[in-house]
Amino acid sequence: MAHAETHAAEAHGHADHAPQSFIWKYVFSKDHKVIGIQYYVTAMFMALIAGLLAMTIRLQLAWPEKTFPSLNFLTKGYTDGVMNPEFYAMLFTMHGTIMVFFVLSTAPVSGFGNMLIPLQVGARDMAFPFLNGLSFWTFLPGCIVILSSFFVGAGAAAGGWTSYPPLSALRSAVPGSEMGQTLWIIGMVFFIASFTMGGLNFVTTILNMRTKGLSMMRMPMTLWAMFLVAVLGLLSFPALTAASLMLLFDRHFGTSFFIPSGLVLSGQVVNHQGGSPLLWQHLFWFLGHPEVYILMLPALGFTSDIMVAFCRKPIFGYKAMVGAMLAISGLSFVVWGHHMFVSGMSPYLGMAFAVGTMLIAVPSAVKTFNWLATLWRSRIIFKTPMLWAMGVVSLFISGGLSGIWLGQTALDIHFHDTYFVVAHFHLIMAGAALFGVFGATAFWFPKMFGRMMNDTLGKIHFWFTFLAYYCTFFPMHYIGLAGHMRRIYDPYQYEFLKNLQPINQFITISAFILGASQILFFINYFWSAFRGEKATDNPWNAAGLEWTTPSPPGHGNWPGEIPEVHRWPFDYSVPGAEKDFVLQTDPAPIGDKAGSH
Amino acid sequence: MAKLQGLLFGLATLVLVVVATAFFAKEWLPPLKSDRIAIDHGIAVTLLVTGLVFIATNLLLAFFAWRYQDAPGATAAYWHHNAKLEWIWTLVTAAIMFGFLFNALAMWGQLQKAPPADAMLVEVVGQQFAWNVRYPGKDGIFGRTDAKLVDPGNLNFIGLDKTDPNAADDVIMPQNQLYLPEGLPVRVRIRSLDVIHSFFLPNFRVKQDAMPGMAVETWFTPKVAGDYEIACAEHCGLGHYRMRGQLHVVKPDGFDAAVAAALE
Ligand SMILES: [Cu+2]
Repeated sequence: MAHAETHAAEAHGHADHAPQSFIWKYVFSKDHKVIGIQYYVTAMFMALIAGLLAMTIRLQLAWPEKTFPSLNFLTKGYTDGVMNPEFYAMLFTMHGTIMVFFVLSTAPVSGFGNMLIPLQVGARDMAFPFLNGLSFWTFLPGCIVILSSFFVGAGAAAGGWTSYPPLSALRSAVPGSEMGQTLWIIGMVFFIASFTMGGLNFVTTILNMRTKGLSMMRMPMTLWAMFLVAVLGLLSFPALTAASLMLLFDRHFGTSFFIPSGLVLSGQVVNHQGGSPLLWQHLFWFLGHPEVYILMLPALGFTSDIMVAFCRKPIFGYKAMVGAMLAISGLSFVVWGHHMFVSGMSPYLGMAFAVGTMLIAVPSAVKTFNWLATLWRSRIIFKTPMLWAMGVVSLFISGGLSGIWLGQTALDIHFHDTYFVVAHFHLIMAGAALFGVFGATAFWFPKMFGRMMNDTLGKIHFWFTFLAYYCTFFPMHYIGLAGHMRRIYDPYQYEFLKNLQPINQFITISAFILGASQILFFINYFWSAFRGEKATDNPWNAAGLEWTTPSPPGHGNWPGEIPEVHRWPFDYSVPGAEKDFVLQTDPAPIGDKAGSH
Repeated sequence: MAKLQGLLFGLATLVLVVVATAFFAKEWLPPLKSDRIAIDHGIAVTLLVTGLVFIATNLLLAFFAWRYQDAPGATAAYWHHNAKLEWIWTLVTAAIMFGFLFNALAMWGQLQKAPPADAMLVEVVGQQFAWNVRYPGKDGIFGRTDAKLVDPGNLNFIGLDKTDPNAADDVIMPQNQLYLPEGLPVRVRIRSLDVIHSFFLPNFRVKQDAMPGMAVETWFTPKVAGDYEIACAEHCGLGHYRMRGQLHVVKPDGFDAAVAAALE
């Protein structure tokens, strides 16, 4: 990180001077690269926690009959080596919440978005650097509040990451989480506020600060993804903010937005009337479904941009790929009801949402076919980033296809709230987002730290993760078919689930291998950040604008003038060009379509 | 090594999935005991189509990754656009999706249409952590309920108002015991006393959330007499995992006797 100074000192024509003291440079920084890394490292820490929660869930599902006295140190979780059921509910609630919002929204969007947007649009920084710093310092308290909920009162929120009321609205409905759910709401409000500041920055920077020559239709797929993600976030998160505050009022100030009349809870008549629990589900999923694409779109963007650099071939069907992203983003606002097919909402609404859901499969398939066409007749160089990019394609196919099962209203009757759904979203949403982040990390690492990650270690990490990921999540389809419900502390209470225990044990062992493999990544990341091989400015011979900056870019990103862009970032193997790639900033009119993109 | 990695790509997934399917296929759908066979057919068709697409795309991925490896003298094509191809795969995918959609909506329509007039009515009310079952009696009308009258001590789990004339012949079963006659369509009215539960009959392809403040009906026909399980499919609190009920499907002529015996 110390190299930043060298380049910063050379920065010309930049109004803002590089801060000199450690605290303003690395802690309360306004530099998009530092903020990006802050977000990224925080998200990694949160991933570690959420991953450990998942491991504990798996332990319980594989061997609920065994005792683990060594876990008694988790005083809220275990009594005499046996897990408490309410702790199990906290585990899956917090695993989902942290992974979805504080890891898989944060690392790709806030982490890489901040890191890459100015480098890819050709700007010295984000449009509003102060707001950007503020956004991180709003995010961090959110993390602290969410994590602290484990230690306050009887423990963390236990109503599921979807927090469906009345379970989440009535403080006595889940004994042991009176404060937990409230802190969950407060943590989410911090998160949303931070994400909104980030989103404003993303949209403004991408729309207004593109360097000369960089038209929208010359943007890399990552930029398109970041732009759409920011728009989705700005339009959908307010619904959850409103809903969360309404829930807070229901919990503490006697309102009844989500609590209907005539409820009886543990023998006591509930003193609320007139609310609707369905209203929460509509508001939650109005955010929740676009949120799925907030996680996924960046990974799809990274995949395209990484793939071209290691295929040495232009992206196939750029317009179709951009169109598909636009279509996915638009349709993501009209599919939320597919989470509610059996909720009791009108069956006609279910039909309407099924139409949107089946439609969204079309642009998703278009993306897959275009990736395959990009691979066709290419010249593939298998480096770590490429492995992850292809991993995203593989997971996108596997997870996308099971979406077709779930999108059919009638079939969803059997699959809803079973492990089939868990398999589906872990493959497509969590898996694609996670693999995308790993790929982006290996690919853009030189722009983070000026060094390369170790390629051999990266490949070993990839293969362990890839195979263990499939072994963990694919069998969940089978137990889902067999009817295995989600969020079950002890599945073997049910006769019809008893014979699934061996599969659950297989899944658990795979999950442990998957978890342990991540140690390789942490070692590689931190070792390489300080000791890795020094990177050249453009170590992958990539064509994008960000590769014209020094590695790592100093304060202000380009030591001299900001370069002008003359073509799209996909000019690889252009006939007649002297090298097998043409930088986006290269003015030479080479190739059959050069300059026209 | 690079060649191997390329090939491994799609093939590893394919092999894993094929082996897993062969290994786990014995735990397939729970045996079907209702008239909802259309759902199983829909699943089979979807499995076939998505399975073929899965195999085809993974083989392509493996083949491309193996065939187009970097090697001395290898070049990549400068080929990045083909409108005809784009249209073909967009329209073919759209056609397949419309096929699925049409089929799914037709099935959905069948499941959601009005029940036959002779369908038997029964009410299932979820609560933390049990299922309450009530039959309307000869009048076919459920008596009024009131939250204030809930009195588990006197077996009035759902707060039946006994002063209501319609309530006189209502039958409230012991908790978690549901009896249904074989071969007769049954309308299940699903409610909740407290939080959201989900009434799930794995063997019958029936699942309907019990939404507080709402009474939602679903109907189906049990086909085979026997004892089955009722599961709660929506997280409803720390006892969610043990919210297990029993469904007894009995021959129609023995139904009244079976209910009477259960009430003993
Ligand atoms: Cu329940």
